[in-house]
Amino acid sequence: MPDKLLMRFRVNGEPQEVAVRVEKTLLEVLREDLGLTGTKHGCELGECGMCAVAIGGRPILSCLALAVECQDQEITTVEGLAKDGRLDPLQETFAALGAAQCGYCTPAFLVTARALLDRDPHPSRKTIAKALSGALCRCTGYLKIFEAVEEAMLKATAPGAAHASPPPASTPGAPAPSTAPSPAPGGSPA
Amino acid sequence: MPAPLIGASVGRKEGQEKTRGAACYVDDMTLPGMLHGVTVRSRVPRGRIRGIRYEGDIPWNEFTIVTARDIPGKNVVTLLTEDQPFLADQFVNHPEEAIVLLAHTDRFLLEEARRHVAFDIDPLPPVFSIEDSLARKAVVWGEDNVMKSFLVEKGKVDDVWARADLVFEGEYETGAQEQLYIEPQGMIAQASPADGVTVWGSLQCPYYVHKALMPLFGLPPDRVRVVQMTTGGGFGGKEEYPSMIGGHAALLSWKAGGRPVKIIYDRAEDMVATTKRHPSRTRHKTALSRDGRLLGMEIDFVVDAGAYVTLSPVVLSRGTIHAAGPYRCDHVRIRSRAVATNAPPHGAFRGFGAPQSIFALERHLDRAARALGLSPEELRRRNLLRQGETTATQQEVLEKINLPSLLDLALEKSEWRRRKEEFAAHNRSGADAVKKGLGLAVFFHGSGFTGSGESYLASVVGAEAGRGGRVTVLAASTEIGQGTNTIFSQIVADALAIPYDWVEVAQPDTSRVPNSGPTVASRTAMIVGKLVETAALGLRDKLRAGGFLGVTYDDRAWAEACDRYLDLHGTLQAQAKYELPPHVKWDDKTYTGAAYGAFGWAVYVAAVSVDTVTYETRVDDFVAVQDIGRVLHPVFAAGQVEGGVAQAIGFALYENVILANGRMVNGKMTNYVMPTSVDLPPIRVFFQEVPYEYGPAGAKGVGELPMDGPAPAILNAIEDALGVSVRKIPALPEVVMEAAGCL
Ligand code: FES
Ligand code: FES
Repeated sequence: MPDKLLMRFRVNGEPQEVAVRVEKTLLEVLREDLGLTGTKHGCELGECGMCAVAIGGRPILSCLALAVECQDQEITTVEGLAKDGRLDPLQETFAALGAAQCGYCTPAFLVTARALLDRDPHPSRKTIAKALSGALCRCTGYLKIFEAVEEAMLKATAPGAAHASPPPASTPGAPAPSTAPSPAPGGSPA
Repeated sequence: MPAPLIGASVGRKEGQEKTRGAACYVDDMTLPGMLHGVTVRSRVPRGRIRGIRYEGDIPWNEFTIVTARDIPGKNVVTLLTEDQPFLADQFVNHPEEAIVLLAHTDRFLLEEARRHVAFDIDPLPPVFSIEDSLARKAVVWGEDNVMKSFLVEKGKVDDVWARADLVFEGEYETGAQEQLYIEPQGMIAQASPADGVTVWGSLQCPYYVHKALMPLFGLPPDRVRVVQMTTGGGFGGKEEYPSMIGGHAALLSWKAGGRPVKIIYDRAEDMVATTKRHPSRTRHKTALSRDGRLLGMEIDFVVDAGAYVTLSPVVLSRGTIHAAGPYRCDHVRIRSRAVATNAPPHGAFRGFGAPQSIFALERHLDRAARALGLSPEELRRRNLLRQGETTATQQEVLEKINLPSLLDLALEKSEWRRRKEEFAAHNRSGADAVKKGLGLAVFFHGSGFTGSGESYLASVVGAEAGRGGRVTVLAASTEIGQGTNTIFSQIVADALAIPYDWVEVAQPDTSRVPNSGPTVASRTAMIVGKLVETAALGLRDKLRAGGFLGVTYDDRAWAEACDRYLDLHGTLQAQAKYELPPHVKWDDKTYTGAAYGAFGWAVYVAAVSVDTVTYETRVDDFVAVQDIGRVLHPVFAAGQVEGGVAQAIGFALYENVILANGRMVNGKMTNYVMPTSVDLPPIRVFFQEVPYEYGPAGAKGVGELPMDGPAPAILNAIEDALGVSVRKIPALPEVVMEAAGCL
């Protein structure tokens, strides 16, 4: 077997032709050969879910796929979620609703959630939790991620909203946790 | 006046960068000619190094190889105590200690080579447990294995035992916990005698790395530069360890003639070699009156520090100060020790010693209440600290706290009374193998460095105005997911009444930003945030003093004033330096006084089910009520609490670091289990806002508080469900089973 094989596939709609080392994973080829560093890694053993990309609309773990297996496939990474300069509603809601803290898991959750919503536009909270359970997040406790997926789902079903416009920097309307009345109002904020 | 941004949940400053996949983490950066680096480690827990062998069919001449002999400066990771080398020279003291570094362009060959470096090490007797270390089975550090000890004395605890109605004792244990930030640690370095040392990396504290690299290379401050890349979580794990990796990468680059070197740990290496939460053992002896008043508390708190001191004295300090909780008690003695073992050094992890000692206390009080025939909430209610009373270190509580109202709110939101009855009936009915329980914890967490720490740090923040009225915050405080960039921007925008979009936070780079201190200890919003506000107001004052800006102004007037000032003076900058608030007086010798400027206060309630066939515990509902002062950003604050509670549920139930001969043997995400999206209950977050005078807009810290309470609340709930007392975490099924007498 030769060291390198010439591979053809489409990544985010762009045809790509790369000579890849046969032992390289799809993750490595995306990040190192194509410079698409949006896809992350957290274990490279299929345990953390950070390397999720979609192949033909289905999320897979790119650290477990050899690039040479991907001939003629249609691959979508986080960089391909925005269409014509417009963000995917998920990209907007994740940024606005606190679903991306350190952001390292965000690409994986976005790609997985997009695949879910394409398959099932109205998932229940339980379905969302299950669909996303292959990816780990250490920052959020997942709740804000669920909320962001639900919000994007609502946006998509709002009339005339296929893709959202670029979001404003501030979204003061974002849902806030309950704030109980202060037991000792006043004080002196500096 | 524009609507205030503080208190509003504005969009995350770098949110779109992160959701577009455009944020640049360290492994996303490649430099021309870059080599990859790896670390070869001891594997022997303690011994004398006799030789290093480079074996196998490896083209060794193509490799850059670094050992302790190649170090140009001092072979010590400068932090608190100078005991830890960058590379072991004659002795190794834990099995993951670095001895050799290798670099090559080909990562695959590099891994092959790493497996072919062999060491000849004569073993020396090691110790692996707190008890063996205390008993000096072998002396592995200093004269007696004790790296640090503290004594806190309040009143005369020896006199109370005789007049107590109940003297109640107990022992509690917590295990090590891995931070498990999802982005593994990594650094890139470029270093040469001609250009000095530059490192880019995933880190929390740029100036810690800076401080460690200067002596390693014998270079002055301006020849060492540390830049923080977007960082995929830290939780304390990227507080001190990045100095080690940065040093290693820089040593390789230095030897390789200045070629850049990247070291990225894989998950297994990250889990086994880097710091974890200190395992602990706590003994309580408590004197109570029949009506449940705390008469005296004697606490013995010990943590396993691992092989080197690193941050253990400070972790121990925080654990010690929090050990007696937010309760009124006139007679308290807390003794604490950090002891050496031959495991990799344990280090900073969200909560920093407090989750360990608070676990013990809140479990103990629940058990004491049971022994007295009081309800757990009632025992606590009778002892809650009030404004004007003092903590164990005799700090007078000046904040307007109202702990009973936090407790009431937590009981109400968790439907405590109704559910208690419901669960009791359910458990009594015997119809179901799944038993249900409810448990609570009351606790506090000090914001900022302990005692005089903040005045030693003397943090500095800068603000700079640019064309069009843009303002840049200059601080070494890092965004690690918690929202630093956003919150600083909110504070500046409100202080100067300018748009949020006009504010930017500079990338932490020691060649550009002043030292605002480390991003730890729940200090960034409260302490540094206040400095950010002061520095921003400094810009305004300069403009006013020069007659460029009136008393009232709008965005346009602000922008024009900045432009005119810059036309005339070239730059407009202001700085703010930390000054201790007058009420913070601390005595390091007696360990008394105001340990912290302010505390966060909280009451958490957990509802659990325990399956009496498998002994698995599930948290069904979680209520988190807290006072963190003014809430700057409701969504982020709730996110901190939810994320912290999730991590603490892992600490309580799932996350089990198995150390065998000092090595973690389950360094994978499949056998070290953190909660996934299907493992967590609804986490319901409530704030009572009591503004703190010295925080920005009244804010206090929130980052660590949520780590402290869940574990005891959950274990208290397990006892409520089963009537079985588990005193050790993680409460794995086998641990609960054993406590239930089924093993
Ligand atoms: S990198 Fe962890 S599953 Fe692929
Ligand atoms: S946001 Fe940090 S891991 Fe998910």
